[in-house]
Amino acid sequence: MSDVGLAPGWEMVIGLEVHCELATRTKLFCGCPNMFGDEPNTNICPVCLGLPGALPVLNRQAVELAMRIGLALQCEIAPSSFHRKNYFYPDMPKDFQISQYDAPINKGGRLELPDGSVIGIERAHIEEDTGKTTHVGGSGRIGGADYALVDYNRAGVPLVEIVSAPDIRSAAQARAYAGELRAILVSTGASDGRMEEGSMRVDANVSVRRAGEEFGTRCEIKNLNSMRSLTRAIAFEADRQVALLEAGGRVVQETRHWDEGEGRTLSMRSKEEANDYRYFPEPDLVALAPDGRWQAEVAASLGALPAKRRAGLVGLLGGDPSPAQIDQIRSVVASGLDDLVTAACARGAPAPLAVARTANEVAANAERAGDLDPGSFAKLLVLEASGELSATQAKDVLAELLTHGGDPTEIAKVMGLESMDSRALAGAIAQVIDAHPAEWEKFVAGDDKVAGFFTGQVMRATANKANGKLVAAELARLRSESSG
Amino acid sequence: MSASAIALAAEVRSKKRSARDAVEESLAKIAAGDPEIHAFVEVLADRALERADEIDRAVASGSDPGPLAGVPVALKDNICTSGIPTTCSSKILAGWRPPYDATVVERLRAAGAIIVGKTNMDEFAMGSSTENSCSGPTRNPHDHERVPGGSSGGSAAAVAAGFVPLALGSDTGGSIRQPAALCGVVGMKPTYGVVSRYGLVAFASSLDQIGPLAGTVADAAVTLQVIAGHDRRDSTSLAAPAPDVVAAVNRGVEGKRIGLVTELVDGTAPDVAARVRQAADALAAAGALVDEVAIPQFRYGLAAYYLIAPAEASSNLARFDGVRYGLRVDAPDVAAMNVATRTAGFGAEVKRRIMLGTYALSAGYYDAYYAQAQRVRTLVADGFAYAYTRFDGLLGATTPTTAFRIGDRTDDPLSMYLSDTCTVPANLAGHPSISVPFGTGDGGLPVGVQALAPALGEQMLFALAGALERAAPESGAVTA
Repeated sequence: MSDVGLAPGWEMVIGLEVHCELATRTKLFCGCPNMFGDEPNTNICPVCLGLPGALPVLNRQAVELAMRIGLALQCEIAPSSFHRKNYFYPDMPKDFQISQYDAPINKGGRLELPDGSVIGIERAHIEEDTGKTTHVGGSGRIGGADYALVDYNRAGVPLVEIVSAPDIRSAAQARAYAGELRAILVSTGASDGRMEEGSMRVDANVSVRRAGEEFGTRCEIKNLNSMRSLTRAIAFEADRQVALLEAGGRVVQETRHWDEGEGRTLSMRSKEEANDYRYFPEPDLVALAPDGRWQAEVAASLGALPAKRRAGLVGLLGGDPSPAQIDQIRSVVASGLDDLVTAACARGAPAPLAVARTANEVAANAERAGDLDPGSFAKLLVLEASGELSATQAKDVLAELLTHGGDPTEIAKVMGLESMDSRALAGAIAQVIDAHPAEWEKFVAGDDKVAGFFTGQVMRATANKANGKLVAAELARLRSESSG
Repeated sequence: MSASAIALAAEVRSKKRSARDAVEESLAKIAAGDPEIHAFVEVLADRALERADEIDRAVASGSDPGPLAGVPVALKDNICTSGIPTTCSSKILAGWRPPYDATVVERLRAAGAIIVGKTNMDEFAMGSSTENSCSGPTRNPHDHERVPGGSSGGSAAAVAAGFVPLALGSDTGGSIRQPAALCGVVGMKPTYGVVSRYGLVAFASSLDQIGPLAGTVADAAVTLQVIAGHDRRDSTSLAAPAPDVVAAVNRGVEGKRIGLVTELVDGTAPDVAARVRQAADALAAAGALVDEVAIPQFRYGLAAYYLIAPAEASSNLARFDGVRYGLRVDAPDVAAMNVATRTAGFGAEVKRRIMLGTYALSAGYYDAYYAQAQRVRTLVADGFAYAYTRFDGLLGATTPTTAFRIGDRTDDPLSMYLSDTCTVPANLAGHPSISVPFGTGDGGLPVGVQALAPALGEQMLFALAGALERAAPESGAVTA
């Protein structure tokens, strides 16, 4: 992305802290449902409300999902413990957060990005989420609101915080890291990874240095709610720091807030910053040390990771995919549809088409994709590849296949989608040429830009029954006849 | 009450006496005596009578309500009772009704016990005299000008005054045993993890244990057996089954090696020390092999305790912020509301300990205070471990002095803290300990001797306690 903006001679140093909500059935320390979007304060109990006398009991499934993340990131699963992080905040029921501090469950790992670069992982630890405060009335901002409402449904939802090493060197790489991490979270079933619902939240530590120098002073950027915010905020912040340093200034270590509307980071310099969290061991919980057997069970249940699954699809394409195909492969794997592609190809579907249709049309209808029969899907792709169905027709049949299933040939017949015979097609093309003599002259003279115009006209004239590839081929043949 | 809990339950189970009669007697004694003693902050007359009738109907229909059938019980007011105010004797929780019962409450009910009221305490269990209560002090039934000890002073006084045969307290640094000693009743702190803390409003989580206060050792044993045992809602609850301690009470101590701990005798008042030595002689006469043992690490226990307990308390009490329940004092913004609420809601001793604990955990001081105190805690446990290579049980004073006068120590927190010096080692190590009345000291005030045993050594502890009880001189009459 916009790394282009960084002045010559400067380098970004970025570390990301990613919080992800684990996809557990219940909360981290009680039996309340871990559900997004329910009526406020319905998924609460004495434990997650921090009522006097209530005590936390660790959720086994949360530990398993945390281990899955750790194993996927090649971390060491270590004997760990919980601490209390003490600070006052109304949406934190106990006024302390239970978190792992000096002994995280996952230590030291690595994440290889699609481009082959490797980012170190320092730790991935378990902690609890807070509730949600809504400021109401007045300006709606914290300082100017008339009152605040707190929803504790999210309080005690399990989180894993994944801390990268400061190995990231550009905003684009940061995005690739966050994307790959998200794919891993989804692929391992640890989290749904939805940034827009807050189930994956990213904070970025950004500093700049002149090439070869020591690390500079870093700023932590918060409120990055999308991949777009992440890249824009990093680019802005790095530029800000370079400008500051080049003007002889000094970067102050602080937490900065990303303002998406304004497109800039703002100092948060709040009282919170001066907090001394007074960490100490959580006396209400016992040490957590998953034994070798448990670790082995979790490892065995862990399927192939996204990188390996993408490599499988690249193999199906015969290696050396185009940039568009790389994106398609990523989308197929991110949607968990690589098994469908593999099965369709095994039944004779051409791999490039299988990947493309799966990445686009099937992934867009993901909730029905599980019911799609690979044999029917393969048959449809063969019909499309052979030209018996146009791309548009194939998409219509696919939509029907996804909704009701059936045999692609039959569906096409019922929908009246059989492709035109060549004589009818030739007639339609001739009519279009006759109607646009000036454009035809240009095309014959070698102006390829007009080719798309003619294809479009023919498709319209045939109500999309024509096969686009065949139209293009016929146009090219007619041109060579005219100019020859 | 004149009868022991065991005798009373036997009468109720065999229809010799109704539970209603037992509860009415208890309520009548409370009505007559408690305006003076102030052991209770809440008396649950209607609920208790209703429950008594249920018990009587159960007995009439041939079912057995359990080992504590019809026994009136008092609960320290830091033990959560569903729908019944649970205030920890603090203004900040005035009127708060928990939506749930503590595990011990469920277990008492399941055993047929009848909860007649909630007892006064030092605010959030911080104190040794029950003077730090927002509703005023409890008086010692043996001498109304004196404190009952604390922080479970209301529970100890309720048993000593004969209002109830049984009560529960909580013991973080001696808060069951010390008032038991000062009031002339039995008070027992279990091994850490034997009794669930679910529903006990936390003071210092790594030290707190709920335990019984009773008129006799056997009653304490029955009660422990009812409330003990694994609870999945408390992660620190031990998986071990509840120890069978009832049978242990009469087992005797013949051939048992008992160590009289120098540090738990030296420095105590002469009248207390004399009774402890007399108790040691009595055990020897009963066939125990008694020797003196020094555990010098105990000298540092109190200092470590007064760092660890406030540190944990500073975090445990953060939730009383005016947002969700209890007192709220309005202010222009949330932070100011927090401060105003806590300023108005907490008493002086609670504020003192929150400040001490916050300081001990602060960046730059953590290693010198909290971490160092944890190392001392390990040393105390090491001292016990060494002693238990030579002894089956240990003996000492429960308190340095007998009951002191109301107001005597309120202006000098340090002298108040010293009241806990004999009891904190067991909390730091997580070991079980019991205070048994053993005659009187100067002025006819009760003296308690303390028996100690290794972790999960409850059977040894009750055998020792039973032997002490059988050998004990009278503890003096209650004036209530």
